[in-house]
Amino acid sequence: MTEEKILRPISKTSPEKYSEGTAREEGALKPTTRRSFLTGAASAVAAATVASTTGAVAASLEVQPSSKSMGRTTVPQGYGMPSKYEDHVTRNRTDVYVNKQNYSDWSMTPIQHQQGIITPNGLIFERHHAGIPDIDPDTHELVIHGMVRQPMRYTMDNLMRYPSVSKFHFMECSGNGLTDWLAVKSKTVQQTHGLLSCSQFTGVPVSWLLDEVGLESGAKWLLFEGADGSAHARSIPIDKALDDVMLVFASGGEMLRPENGYPLRAFIPGWEGNTSVKWLRRIKVSDQPWHLRSETARYTDPMPEGKFRQFSMEMECKSVITNPSGGMQMQGPGLYELQGFAWSGNGTVKAVDITTDGGRSWRTADLEGPVLDKCLTRFRYRWNWDGGPAKIASRAVDSTGYVQPTVAELAENRRIAGFVQHHNGIFPWAINTNGEVSNAIA
Amino acid sequence: MQLHKITIASGLALALSFSGAFAGNFKPAVSFGSPITEADIAAWDIDIQTATGKGLPAGSGSVAEGKALFNAQCIGCHGVDAAGGSQYGSMVGGKRPLTGGGYPYAPILFDYIRRAMPMNAPQSLSNDEVYALTAYIYALNEFIAQDAVLDAGSLAAVQMPAHVRDGFIVDDRPDTAATRCMEDC
Repeated sequence: MTEEKILRPISKTSPEKYSEGTAREEGALKPTTRRSFLTGAASAVAAATVASTTGAVAASLEVQPSSKSMGRTTVPQGYGMPSKYEDHVTRNRTDVYVNKQNYSDWSMTPIQHQQGIITPNGLIFERHHAGIPDIDPDTHELVIHGMVRQPMRYTMDNLMRYPSVSKFHFMECSGNGLTDWLAVKSKTVQQTHGLLSCSQFTGVPVSWLLDEVGLESGAKWLLFEGADGSAHARSIPIDKALDDVMLVFASGGEMLRPENGYPLRAFIPGWEGNTSVKWLRRIKVSDQPWHLRSETARYTDPMPEGKFRQFSMEMECKSVITNPSGGMQMQGPGLYELQGFAWSGNGTVKAVDITTDGGRSWRTADLEGPVLDKCLTRFRYRWNWDGGPAKIASRAVDSTGYVQPTVAELAENRRIAGFVQHHNGIFPWAINTNGEVSNAIA
Repeated sequence: MQLHKITIASGLALALSFSGAFAGNFKPAVSFGSPITEADIAAWDIDIQTATGKGLPAGSGSVAEGKALFNAQCIGCHGVDAAGGSQYGSMVGGKRPLTGGGYPYAPILFDYIRRAMPMNAPQSLSNDEVYALTAYIYALNEFIAQDAVLDAGSLAAVQMPAHVRDGFIVDDRPDTAATRCMEDC
């Protein structure tokens, strides 16, 4: 592949965009070819067939109905919603595991549809342990106590009266990729990588409040505890808390959604999402961690000789190609822009490399600014697909010099069996000669 | 609103400064919270330092009391003898979280039941009842005797199997050192 071919301008006959080969029908993901034909038109035969049956491709333009009528009125007040034609862009529960109840469950962000680095609030992934509480902010309180000079309580009005800070960060569940280590389980990137979201989070540095209560000598750990039915709690080292942890009440410019912790959650940049305790009601200061079920029996990594690695908090450098990705249909040979996201819980993304030959050779992708600390970074790479079988993948490098590993490299030191978290391996997609894109992890 | 905040931030002495993530944002020398006593926090103060048992409350419960309570409130999801039911798998035997390697310290189960169980009515059990349920599950796993009674002292003293107790390592990542090969990889 030459640089000339890669950078060739998109011609009018080239496809402008991928179409997605899946649609939601009766709650299940089923392949459909109709939509890809409608938006494709790469094949003259296909275009002619579609034109004769649907009129979607006409010889000459006609004035559209929208130009010949009045639209909807402006309502006195209301909350705007996406176009009805975008109703396929939804958070979806896992279709690999079937949970017998949906209170302790999760749903994933459709990152294949995400444009730019910010996840719309209604699409931020969910993980709950006892359902979603609807908490009245007028009655919600936060208490800070334990090894402090003066225990304190804060209403939401109290907390929101402080000067606030707003920071762009990604958030990723430690279980992102859980189902697809060694064998293909998931079809789409939403299912393989959708426990990932990014927003601008607004709140108060927890260090400000710790300064008010006054840490006693020897204080080393904080307990963050939620007001939900699981009273979910995690132990957080105080050094991290003093560095960049926030108590947030807003994301993406508005108050948190109930499913994301309304009216108050912890936000711990770069760490597994489980530590950013939602519906935060209590912070307790101590000299040692609590070793709760959520940090011994869960959220730990199986290791050789039957051991488990504990407190593996940072989400290490990772990337994935979202366009094209599993379930999509290429629209004939020609120029494509490979797009995706890279991120690191240990700093900024320094570089992203792309392979289109299954990892034999790699080329450097373009990073699209802003490139921010512990934040999704978008990458782009122009590629001329020759129509033959291909295996594409991305590999990210972060500001510490850490290079995203393969699953095989991760497996050298970890026991990849059972419920394995912290999957940051390179993730390949296969493209066959029919242009079908599929999960190629194994 | 924003102007109001700026006035507060710049008009008062600044107590803390940060060179890191919040560089340029200083804590104002104000406090908008209210003091509270530990006594007034008691109803929320449910955490246990599971390695030492610190925080375990007064009260006690027997294996037999736990079995009766389990059969009344837990059996629907967890099954007869906690061997697995309509919602969840077995809590007895070689799988996680018990003998298979999830609970290095005995008070972990007490802490979890007290904060989150039963799922349809969390924080509804008395401390005596939580001790009793903990005793029942641990007796099923043969960590304690069938006639045992657990309280703060005896629960903290229960030793989990050695391979579980010593089965944890602290985060040692990065555990890979991949290189950025570009050609003939």
